[in-house]
Amino acid sequence: MNPNAYLVLSGIIFSIGALGVLLRRNAIVAFMSVELMLNAANLAFVTGARVWGNLDGQTAAFFVMVVAAAEVVIGLAIILTIFRTRNSASVDEASLLRW
Amino acid sequence: MIQTVLNTIPTPSFEYALLSPILIMFLAACLGVLVEAFFSIEKRRFAHLIIVFTSLLFAFSAVALQSGPKGRALAASGTVALDGPGWILQGTILLVATLSALLFAESKVDPLGDAFASRASTLPGGEEEKTVTKLGWTQTEIWPLFTFSISGMLLFVTANDLLVLFVALEVMSLPLYLLAGLARRRRLLSQEAALKYFILGALASGILLFGSALTYAYTGSLEFGQISNGISSANNSPGLLTAAIALVAVGMLFKVGAVPFHQWVPDVYMGSPTPVTSFMAGAVKVAAFGGLLRVFYVAFGALVWDWRPLIWVVAGLTMVVGSVIALAQSDFKRMLAYSSISNGGFILVGFSATNRPAIAAVLIYLIAYAFATVGAFALLTLIREQAGESSTLIRWKGLGKKSPLVASLMSLFMLSFAGIPLTSGFTAKFGVFTAAISGGATALVLVGVLASVIAAVFYVRVIILMFFSEPIPDGPFVVVPSVFTTIAITASALVTIILGLFPQVIIDLISSASVFLR
Repeated sequence: MNPNAYLVLSGIIFSIGALGVLLRRNAIVAFMSVELMLNAANLAFVTGARVWGNLDGQTAAFFVMVVAAAEVVIGLAIILTIFRTRNSASVDEASLLRW
Repeated sequence: MIQTVLNTIPTPSFEYALLSPILIMFLAACLGVLVEAFFSIEKRRFAHLIIVFTSLLFAFSAVALQSGPKGRALAASGTVALDGPGWILQGTILLVATLSALLFAESKVDPLGDAFASRASTLPGGEEEKTVTKLGWTQTEIWPLFTFSISGMLLFVTANDLLVLFVALEVMSLPLYLLAGLARRRRLLSQEAALKYFILGALASGILLFGSALTYAYTGSLEFGQISNGISSANNSPGLLTAAIALVAVGMLFKVGAVPFHQWVPDVYMGSPTPVTSFMAGAVKVAAFGGLLRVFYVAFGALVWDWRPLIWVVAGLTMVVGSVIALAQSDFKRMLAYSSISNGGFILVGFSATNRPAIAAVLIYLIAYAFATVGAFALLTLIREQAGESSTLIRWKGLGKKSPLVASLMSLFMLSFAGIPLTSGFTAKFGVFTAAISGGATALVLVGVLASVIAAVFYVRVIILMFFSEPIPDGPFVVVPSVFTTIAITASALVTIILGLFPQVIIDLISSASVFLR
């Protein structure tokens, strides 16, 4: 069981997430992609914990889950207000501000 | 089995006295939540004001009492470092946040109430919004959000562990995302700013977190000191380490708003309620740079030759791009946003010197910039039209004739941003440039001097508009604020002048404390 494979996998998941945030137009999907990035980090943390035989990485994974939950609350609140105002959750339509 | 697990997790030591500023602010935030739950709507505002200002006072006293040479130590099992820079950053954040709190509390300048929406859940322009505005309701949840954000900042600048750093970053940012969307006027812009800030902020913290995870996978520890040891001793797979540092750098540079990760800054600064903008440009900037300093000087200090060229490029780009785009701005708030970006570039110049004078120079720059920017935003809240704040620059023509006091104070802050001698901005710029020259980045300093000349143009343009043009007929008027905003403006003007006239006192104080513990 080579732990490098898990790091590579977490890298792939992270890239999918990052690209999702940058490319997808729906705020909810962009937001789900952020969650994907956080979970990729969790996989890397747990892999690190396995490689080094200490518990720091596993504790970190728990903290990240809690933070992700808090982020969901804030994120959905913001998206919901925008949706109620405009009847759309597209990030392209939120374009009143530009230089 | 359980016994062995318990043995591998050491019982954390917890130095309550050293951590007291952070704990006081957390406690105040929790009390604020209780006030929301148990107080009637008329009494909440008063209760919040008492809690917030008392806790800021106590937290600052705790910082002032313990920040001497004896109070510098690692706390909470080495995950929080209360060293010289840590205390100075905490003190600065608390002072700047107090000024922003005064702006939050102001309810005299706008005839409808404070700067925040009466009910954030109502539809902009709807009937319900009119009803609650008429009732005089205010969204008092801003106070616990504000206090949580400050406690996150205090933890962020002293975090000595990547996990603590991440959690503190989220505690500081999540309330800010909400605060950005709560403006009373121009609510569509404000909500849009909140969405942009949230998506890009979440992206940045995701990148930072993945960088932390890779750092942990490489070194086997999350603590800065041990990461530094791990980097020096390990010599396998440098690719993993490079990726880790690059991701952490991108995440942090996003937060400080450095080019090319600056796109969110102008939109968010412009859309947010002005008191919140002052908080972001002041306290959040101090916190973000404080965290950046510690991560790169302590955890990644062994690799300074690898990341320094990157910082040089980013610093140069940030100064030039920020200053040049600011030239083209017609809106004052947006201009200050680009000014904040370009000032971030100057701070990065000092940061890239990576020696002891550099730490002091960055800290002094942060203090000078934070107070001046809060002052400038505070003055903006006073220059109004029927529809709200008047931020279109061209309409400020002849403001000096209508209100010489406001225009002169604004000119003071503009001159300080431009780095004119006898203001704090000169002390600050001089400090970072000397530090950078001693750190061997002379070419970068030349770029910096050039960028500050460009920047001076748009700062001076504001002064010329106000004093040397005829007023337009239906131009903005200047309102007289309550004691809250008056104190905020006076304090920031005093700091700007004192740091310009007698810089030596504060330079000595900060230089003697500019050593990171590890």
